[in-house]
Amino acid sequence: MKRLIVALALATSPAAVAHTPPVTFTPEVESRAREVGKSLRCVVCQNQSIEESNAPLASDMRRLVRERIAAGESKDAVMAYMTDRYGNFVRLQPPLQMDTLLLWFGPLLLLVVGAVGWFAYLRPWKTRSRARSAQRC
Amino acid sequence: MSDVPQSRAALPAWAAVMPVAILLIIGGFFAWGLTRNPAELPSTMIDREMPDFALTRLTPEREALTKQDLIGRVSLVNVFGSWCSSCILEHPQLEAIAESKQVALYGVDWRDPPGAGAAWLARYGDPYTKTGVDSDSRLAIDLGVTGAPETFLVDREGRIRHKQVGPITPDLWADTILPLIRKLDAEPT
Repeated sequence: MKRLIVALALATSPAAVAHTPPVTFTPEVESRAREVGKSLRCVVCQNQSIEESNAPLASDMRRLVRERIAAGESKDAVMAYMTDRYGNFVRLQPPLQMDTLLLWFGPLLLLVVGAVGWFAYLRPWKTRSRARSAQRC
Repeated sequence: MSDVPQSRAALPAWAAVMPVAILLIIGGFFAWGLTRNPAELPSTMIDREMPDFALTRLTPEREALTKQDLIGRVSLVNVFGSWCSSCILEHPQLEAIAESKQVALYGVDWRDPPGAGAAWLARYGDPYTKTGVDSDSRLAIDLGVTGAPETFLVDREGRIRHKQVGPITPDLWADTILPLIRKLDAEPT
């Protein structure tokens, strides 16, 4: 009976499906890797960073980031490695470049358009109509 | 009465269509943005050389896929996993591709524990000339893979020329992938 329980426990234990044994890194590597990981998008659960995501691919990416940091790579180099393979999409903060200008400055542009419209047309119109209603009184 | 024309002059006629025009522009962005599939990332790997990789064997008796296998012949590298349900859907098409002998078909068994990939292929049939196991996503990340199945079309020099995200359907094979294989076959070495 005991043997059966042990056999059953082994058959379903997570170790049976574990891929690589978890490796521990120094606290310094860990904290730098975490900084990189927080700005990397998990490509499976797209609105989470790889640090937050439980997706298996995210955990493999976390390990890869740690390995590269531990091997002495800079945070920028690790970021570049991932961007090189997955495109700018993996960066949770999109870079400022030609095709992201609208993304970065679009809201400001809309504000300017709205302000110009207000000052050029709506405000004079409003004062005039106020003046008009004053005349009527 | 006299102030009515004055208030009309203050707001030009085109001002009336401005809200509608702005709405249409914003609506246009939404129509474009919301109908795209966010899972399909533009691949950065096209026309790049296949990265070096070291895969493990599917079973102790079978040799693992190596980069050398991809040189000299146009090949398809299919990323699959025993945990991947769309791979079962894609499988009959892969068998048909293997049978057509138009291209070398290789498998990358992604994120599978030892034996799982072999068992899966024993159950559904093995269309691959050679397979390697990528248990910890090293090759998958190097290739920018986001999910399975994904298939890379590799030319004779070992450069990636096309990437298919999601299952290869009979239509995709006939209309996109086979013509590309013919084109790569016709390229001078």
